[in-house]
Amino acid sequence: MTQSVIVQVGQCGNQIGCCFWDLALREHAAVNQKGIYDEALSSFFRNVDTRVVGDGGSISKGKICSLKARAVLIDMEEGVVNEILQGPLRDVFDSKQLITDISGSGNNWAVGHKVFGSRYQEQILEKLRKSAEHCDSLQCFFIIHSMGGGTGSGLGTYLLKVLEDEFPEVYRFVTSIYPSGEDDVITSPYNSILAMKELNEHADCVLPIDNQSLFDIISKIDLMVNSGKLGTTIKPKSLVTSSAGTFKKRQKPFDAMNNIVANLLLNLTSSARFEGSLNMDLNEISMNLVPFPQLHYLVSSLTPLYTLADVNIPPRRLDQMFSDAFSKDHQLIRADPKHSLYLACALMVRGNVQISDLRRNIERLKPSLQFVSWNQEGWKTSLCSVPPVGHSHSLLALANNTCVKPTFMELRERFMRLYKKKAHLHHYLQIEGMEESCFTEAESSLSALIQEYNQLDATKSMPVEDLPRLSIAV
Amino acid sequence: MSIVTVQLGQCGNQIGFEVFDALFRDSHCPQGLCSKRENEAYQASCKERFFSEEENGVPIARAVLVDMEPKVINQTLSKAAQSGRWKYGQHSCFCQKQGSGNNWAYGYSVHGPRHEESIMNLIQKEVEKCDSLSGFFIIMSMAGGTGSGLGAFVTQNLQDQYSHSLKMNQIIWPYGTGEIIVQNYNSILTLSHLYRSSDALLVHENDAVHKICAKLMNIKQISFSDINQVLAHQLGSVFQPTYSAEGSFHYRRNPLGDLMENLVPHPEFKMLGVRNIPQMSENSLAYSTFTWAGLLKHLRQMLISNAKMEEGIDWQVRPPVSRLPTLGKMSLNKELHFNTSIANLLILRGKDVHSADLGGFKDPALYTSWLEPVNAFNVWKTQRSFNKYEKSAALVTNSQFLVKPLDKIVGKAWNMFASKAYVHQYTKFGIEEEDFLDSFTLLEQVVASYCNL
Repeated sequence: MTQSVIVQVGQCGNQIGCCFWDLALREHAAVNQKGIYDEALSSFFRNVDTRVVGDGGSISKGKICSLKARAVLIDMEEGVVNEILQGPLRDVFDSKQLITDISGSGNNWAVGHKVFGSRYQEQILEKLRKSAEHCDSLQCFFIIHSMGGGTGSGLGTYLLKVLEDEFPEVYRFVTSIYPSGEDDVITSPYNSILAMKELNEHADCVLPIDNQSLFDIISKIDLMVNSGKLGTTIKPKSLVTSSAGTFKKRQKPFDAMNNIVANLLLNLTSSARFEGSLNMDLNEISMNLVPFPQLHYLVSSLTPLYTLADVNIPPRRLDQMFSDAFSKDHQLIRADPKHSLYLACALMVRGNVQISDLRRNIERLKPSLQFVSWNQEGWKTSLCSVPPVGHSHSLLALANNTCVKPTFMELRERFMRLYKKKAHLHHYLQIEGMEESCFTEAESSLSALIQEYNQLDATKSMPVEDLPRLSIAV
Repeated sequence: MSIVTVQLGQCGNQIGFEVFDALFRDSHCPQGLCSKRENEAYQASCKERFFSEEENGVPIARAVLVDMEPKVINQTLSKAAQSGRWKYGQHSCFCQKQGSGNNWAYGYSVHGPRHEESIMNLIQKEVEKCDSLSGFFIIMSMAGGTGSGLGAFVTQNLQDQYSHSLKMNQIIWPYGTGEIIVQNYNSILTLSHLYRSSDALLVHENDAVHKICAKLMNIKQISFSDINQVLAHQLGSVFQPTYSAEGSFHYRRNPLGDLMENLVPHPEFKMLGVRNIPQMSENSLAYSTFTWAGLLKHLRQMLISNAKMEEGIDWQVRPPVSRLPTLGKMSLNKELHFNTSIANLLILRGKDVHSADLGGFKDPALYTSWLEPVNAFNVWKTQRSFNKYEKSAALVTNSQFLVKPLDKIVGKAWNMFASKAYVHQYTKFGIEEEDFLDSFTLLEQVVASYCNL
């Protein structure tokens, strides 16, 4: 069994991370009836005897003493991290796992990347090495951050280079929150494009998510609840709130949205942690879904949407779950995969679903989806027998699809509008190490990526022909 | 003589468990339809082949379990132990933490050399427990990373270290529509390597077994467990004991050796398939009766029309009337209506087995011209029924039946290779484009050879 380390960077990253740890604990509590520290738990948690001072406290087997998250929390402001450390999850984090500063990055990628990067390089390396040492077999780093700000965007992507150099064999999965059009940070296009270049070059796999989609999903739920169509009340142990038990009417604004992302991460790793008839490890995600090193952006969609569980809707038929996964309403980024070209698609199913159900639905959905000519049956599937908390089954679909192209093009558009006027540029250029060439290089890196997607799209309407084969002299 | 089984990867281990379970349950089945003494001889023969004795009487499977991540092996070991009837050896497994990531190159070039010594030691220990070794079963899938890549590596090692023992690889052919995206790459690399180092490849197709579950067994929600059980039944019907010769009542000692001798006369032709009838749910079984004539007629037609199961057989297909010399390479575009065989082995189990008329299988029109039917066709029998079927007939065939599926996989892999998609994942671990090309060349050769029969 392998372990993964979560690195949460910046305000957004830490808030999502917080939701993730809460849900992870609840999931394992539901599955792990005997309180024994097992392999599944060890993928995200260490078992520590807190009475032991210093480093010697790790226990590898037996009863659970005190669980510590395999996480590194980084923020250049103290507010968010302090709140976490005072909240219900305070015991899950080791005080040695934090890196904080007071001044913040001022929504400036250059400050996050260049200033804080170099200032905290040693510390970051040390914390990462420590967390890796605690792992028997470290397989993956999950980085959670936003693209539009300064810390998550700048320092978060600085980390990628560090991880690549220091731990070249460990996978780097990045969950990136992209800014929506109405983002209130004016410089978010700059930050995003500068960060994209780093993602292009140093990440193994990126799951882009945008706030607008998450917001749309939550709004739809609210609409359904408020319209009274469903009649019943929201369940008390709601997963919408971040603290178990009490239902807060006025919850923190981003909680519901963060929970969706947290659930994405849980489902992504479920087949690696729990048993099933067709397992899928994290290294298989990269192997199957990344046909060319540059094209590692995966569109994710999740059903059932977790907030839906909190309203008493009857469990939907199994086949409906598959159809939902391919509908725009369930995607975590605004894109239209059905009308673009699929390079590859992964279906990760949890719960009491068998191979025949999976095959039936693939056959059913295939005709409406367009796959690239050399990967007509580009499906990767996994079956995990442990369902998520509160549901009998769930499905996570990850698609490598050219539909991310419009998102990137729009981002580039917004970037160009600012850059042409040199608006706010001086904030960046005054940072040591930043020059205009940083911007132009970042923009051309993105353009090259868009071009690759263009080339693939061009093959979309061409008829699928079999290439001439090797002929053998008989 | 004994057979040592090496179970590799998730697929190999899941199937391996079902196989040993099926063998055990059948050999201890009270409804053998024969005398007590006969039953005991059958049990003893089965045990010698597949199980070794433990102190407190619980038989231990002669198997080595290998996987690069622990979940499946843990499950397999506990399922076996739970049954209380038989189990796996405590120290017979080798496990790592990280898995192969569906990457053939990782399984072959990284895991293989890294763990070579440990795995071969485990196998050696198991071999030493045998009084006399007939050979090895290696159960693996083609589509994943461990079964396929590490499986190819282990088979190569077995060839080097145990060159006098036979190796039969049980290969699971993946579903046509994706279980894994890179399954075609993994498959061609596996097949080309195994062709060089294995003695015979017994192929089981997921699609075919799935259809059997759906149509013949009437299972509504088919799980991998169902599929594996059907597979285990098919394997059991081939490898459970049979009489060593016509008229003899002693059980055959070297099934692997005899099978190879009968079915693989030429190293260019190693691909074998199994057809086993009847196959139905236990409920239907109670209401059905069979005759040998009926079973053999169906089986023969299944063979020549290349049907994978007993339903939907195309009765229009007939063997060619006269044996004209084949004119050059047969184009694959033309439907391969008639399935020419190199060799066939029929295994009959059950009541009145000696009365079965085998003339239909001795027809020279079924076979290629370079083997006399008396050499190309063989039959094994036992009166002892198998797995509660009053009569059952299994056919192990070396024929053209796999040409189309093989051609399909090679075609798809070639298309993908032409666009260079995913190739970087393999070159990262030492499998270069040349290795791909070598594999393609070898398999095109195999396809051509079978086509030209």
